[in-house]
Amino acid sequence: MDTLDLTNDKTTEATKMTGKETLILEARNIYKTFPGTIANADVSLELHRGEVLALLGENGAGKSTLMNVIYGLYTQDSGEIFLNGEPYSINNPHDAIAAGIGMVHQHFMLVPVFTVLENVMLGAETCRGPFLNKKAAEAKLRQLEKSFGLEVDPHAIIEELPVGLQQRVEILKALYRDVEILIMDEPTAVLTPQETEELFKIMRRLTERGVSIVFITHKLKEVLEIADRIIIMRRGHVVGSATPAETDEHGLASMMVGREVILEVDKLPAEPGDTVLEVKQLNVHDANQLHSVKDCSLSVRAGEVLGVAGVQGNGQSELVEAITGLRRYNSGEIWIDGKRMPQEKPRVLVENGMAHIPEDRQKHGLILQYPLTSNFVLCNYYREPYSRHGVLNAEAILKNADALIERFDVRTPSAETSAGDLSGGNQQKVIVGRELSRDVSLVIANQPTRGLDVGSIEYIHQTLIDMRDAGVGVLLVSSELDEIMSVSDRIAVMYRGEIVDVLDARDANREHIGLLMAGHA
Amino acid sequence: MESVTPSQNNWLQKVWFSVRIPFLAIILALIVGAVVLLVSGSNPLEAYAQLFKGAFGSLKNFQRVLEKSTPLIFSGLAVALGFKAGLFNIGAQGQLLLGAIIAGFVGFSIKGLPSYVHIPLALLCGIVAGALYGAIPGLLKAFSGAHEVITTIMLNYIAINLTDYLSDGPWKDMSPGNIVSRLPAIEESAKIGTIGPVPIGFIVAVLIAFLIWFVINRTTFGFEINSVGLNPHASKYAGMRTKVLIIAALIVSGALAGLGGAVETQGVVGRYQPGFNAGIGFDGITVALLARNSPIAVIASSLLLGAMKGGANTMQFYANVPNEIIDIIQGTMLLFVTAEMVVRWVFKMRKRSETEITVTAGWGQR
Amino acid sequence: MISETVKRGPFSHINWKLWRSVILALLILAAILFFNARNPAETRAVLRSTLRYAVPLILGALCGIFCERAGIVNIGIEGQMLLSAFTSYMTNAWTGNLMFSLFVGMVTGSIVGLFLAFLSIKLKLNQVIGGTVINILAAGITGYFYQVGTTTKGKFASIPLGPLADIPIIGPLLFNNPPITYIAIVLVIVSQIVLFNTRWGLRTRAVGEHPRAADTLGVDVFKIRYLNVLIGGVMAGLAGAFLTLEGVGLFERGMTNGRGFIALAVMIFGKWNPISSAMAALFFGFANAMQTQLQFMGIQIAHQFVGMIPYLLTIIVVSGFVGRSRAPAAEGIPYEKE
Repeated sequence: MDTLDLTNDKTTEATKMTGKETLILEARNIYKTFPGTIANADVSLELHRGEVLALLGENGAGKSTLMNVIYGLYTQDSGEIFLNGEPYSINNPHDAIAAGIGMVHQHFMLVPVFTVLENVMLGAETCRGPFLNKKAAEAKLRQLEKSFGLEVDPHAIIEELPVGLQQRVEILKALYRDVEILIMDEPTAVLTPQETEELFKIMRRLTERGVSIVFITHKLKEVLEIADRIIIMRRGHVVGSATPAETDEHGLASMMVGREVILEVDKLPAEPGDTVLEVKQLNVHDANQLHSVKDCSLSVRAGEVLGVAGVQGNGQSELVEAITGLRRYNSGEIWIDGKRMPQEKPRVLVENGMAHIPEDRQKHGLILQYPLTSNFVLCNYYREPYSRHGVLNAEAILKNADALIERFDVRTPSAETSAGDLSGGNQQKVIVGRELSRDVSLVIANQPTRGLDVGSIEYIHQTLIDMRDAGVGVLLVSSELDEIMSVSDRIAVMYRGEIVDVLDARDANREHIGLLMAGHA
Repeated sequence: MESVTPSQNNWLQKVWFSVRIPFLAIILALIVGAVVLLVSGSNPLEAYAQLFKGAFGSLKNFQRVLEKSTPLIFSGLAVALGFKAGLFNIGAQGQLLLGAIIAGFVGFSIKGLPSYVHIPLALLCGIVAGALYGAIPGLLKAFSGAHEVITTIMLNYIAINLTDYLSDGPWKDMSPGNIVSRLPAIEESAKIGTIGPVPIGFIVAVLIAFLIWFVINRTTFGFEINSVGLNPHASKYAGMRTKVLIIAALIVSGALAGLGGAVETQGVVGRYQPGFNAGIGFDGITVALLARNSPIAVIASSLLLGAMKGGANTMQFYANVPNEIIDIIQGTMLLFVTAEMVVRWVFKMRKRSETEITVTAGWGQR
Repeated sequence: MISETVKRGPFSHINWKLWRSVILALLILAAILFFNARNPAETRAVLRSTLRYAVPLILGALCGIFCERAGIVNIGIEGQMLLSAFTSYMTNAWTGNLMFSLFVGMVTGSIVGLFLAFLSIKLKLNQVIGGTVINILAAGITGYFYQVGTTTKGKFASIPLGPLADIPIIGPLLFNNPPITYIAIVLVIVSQIVLFNTRWGLRTRAVGEHPRAADTLGVDVFKIRYLNVLIGGVMAGLAGAFLTLEGVGLFERGMTNGRGFIALAVMIFGKWNPISSAMAALFFGFANAMQTQLQFMGIQIAHQFVGMIPYLLTIIVVSGFVGRSRAPAAEGIPYEKE
């Protein structure tokens, strides 16, 4: 590409500071609404050649919406996009690709059964007549891999590759199309700290060659490490901008949330009692018959929170599924309150005092089409008073729902409203209400705050602490280290299916846990 | 918190809301049928008049309508129950055939039983045959993930081949003069009679429909079936045995279809003969979807289809219109009732957030 | 070169799959030669009957493959075939022009295909129901408009391909056929190449597996789906036309008699792959021919049991008892742009 000297008179303060004068992409006054929500309101941003622009905001702040508008997956209601100073209308991804924009989506957009080469070629096929020219495409791909240090076997099948390599393929896809602008949506969510470092190196290499990167994230530390400039979004608005030199984590966090955020959770020291959950030598294989939990042993005592830290995909999901009776384990034992639990019998576990707050509330926690009444009795509809001799008692079910709606402050028009019509926070309250209103001695919470806003996150954390103080054992699984650090009393670290260490939360420090999570014992 | 009272709509409006789409779909389908008749040179008014006369013109005609409706109620219930559990049971046809032939076999081969033993015995054997045949796709789905649409389609054709073989081979009617493949006539003691013009089988079907309604809406088993149909993942999390429920749903579904076949054999045909039950299982899909999977409404949609089938011969004879116009109307009805968008578009209705009919997606996803 | 190559065993350079097929082919050839030496007339009859039985199944399966590879479930093949068989027959009865009748059959199949595509893509109707609607309507329409006693002026005759037809055994079998059979053979190979070696095929398979991924790369998911269902419709039209213009030469009510569903079975058994599906169709055709042949020889196997084979095998394959068959992942799910 030849240089475009567009010394725009609107060059901002921040640009001058980073010394990068070439404005490559500009979005002006973007509005985008969805039924019921305003996703982007008067959002503007500028991107300069060769910089990493971080777009920071909590879940639902409108970051992804903005990027999907720029990538042509959404059409804005109003507002304009300028490319190299010229207005440019992007109606679909095709236009975006033609304009040199590429995107690495949060959920990878790769065809699982295709090879790396086929995925890279798709949509930008190298052809001879109508026929694919796989040789030429492979040569081009290998060339790219070499020059950017992104090595992947072009003939490997995507679904057989680890996520780190899949992400490389996503980046290669963009490079294959000669991107000048690369949008990366939460690219570190699935990576280990080491892989994240590696990704940052790659991002540096890309920017050295003139690629501009928009880096979407909600992780403060990463922003400070990699970004040249930071734009902060909140509830669909741009609420500020900064450079890493000007700010720190607290400053970014309060801009992101709109008020002072206490990064710590207030709690008294734990007073652990008897062991409520005992997992002994558990071995679990995942859907692909890979050994995903290896000789895992842990125990949770009444009145304490045991946090399980680890990068996503290190066997935590399989561990939770085995403990909650949703997945068969190959060997090992699970004991609750001194009783050995049978394999794959979620109902027996529930009857023995286990509550489960699942990771995906809409898929696993609720039946969205059901009214709240039915959702509140989803685990105990078969017991008196909700039913007798196999016949449901609608009156008792309604009474139960009314009581729980009041007790857990669920905002709903009525108990007969479908769960799907409630907001995410209220849906989570329904699950929490159902699970914790029973007589429980153990709570299993798997990524309980994923996708929630800060207010709801604080609510969930407080509820877990309250349960602990009431003498319940809590097993908290999360890939957010900050969450683990602030809520847990003890921390178990999982790496490649093994519990590599269990630490007392008071002695633990981030760096040490980070190293354990990356397998450096 | 303030208590919210449920909306005070009068019940007529509520009923209209729940039946308007099927009702308008029927009207549209009749209009399409009329256009076809017109294009092919027939007088639609005359044809429909003869159709109506054929169905309700005499007590005897009406009895035939009830006879035609009876197996439709069963197969409609079978399909509807499958839908409730999130399963698309295209296999009602095969399950029905097996129920029909087994009842026919028990009906002719066992002799000398009093009818209060013979009738229920033959019916029960038909139920069991259908249930077992329904269990196959259930087991395959639960344990290997094979999609029930594929397996039930294949099982339908296996059932056709199997019943054809039996009625042309080991169980063939060997009475002198018979050349067609069929089973011998069942004993008098296995035949189900009528009360006045009303076949007893029809009464049984209506009672069963109410029973299924009760089971689905008022029992824990029904709660589980509905849960699995709407969200199998959440049901599993809540401790329901989803695999068992899938198998159970298909067994009950198969049992209903099998009973339909048995009642047809014992109450109408009087023997098993290939071709006499053709398409009833597929009609069940139309019946169930017209009824929006409500067991009670299945009775009404079966009567509608039964009336069309019962009146078709009269129409063919007096109005000189081929029977197959009924298929055209039925196919169009199925189309309009499932493609609600079309009906809404034609009648300029806006979408109300009502519970969607859930039916399974394709067989790509496991 | 890339350093990250997978470690391979000493025999990894041998393409076992290919060799397995080659050996199988040689075995079959040897068997045919053996039987041909013993009884040439009978062997030829069996092989011809195999091919004749297989052609409509191959074409029907190709219809299924194009639809399902693009993510549209098509259980309406039966109806598509029936309608096409009917229109090509009626055209033949009126005009007596076989080629024009064939053309009408293909157009009919593609129109029905477009209808299914419209229902599935635009109206987002459940595709299994869409197929059922087509089957019911096809039975109704053909039954309604068919008049008993219509006669045609003949059917397609075999066209020997010059000296090729004189090759022993293979010649009369492969190079002395009526036109639709030739078309079917060519289409199998063309379809295989189109699906796996062209831009169109790559995009089609991507749309059937992960439409959103294709969409984010600028591939028009709806266009790909519409056109593939349309192409499939042409194939089903050919299959229907084969029945009335080349096979039976007559039309009867419900004459497809489940062939559309066997085609579905053939497609699944052939793992959504044109050549494998053709092999499956030939295998089913062979089983059918052998049954008839054995009957002549006095060995009685009820034809119903032979008739069950395709269905039984399909159940076995989809259940993963032997060589699991995996459907395109996005099949049956309407694509919604965000």
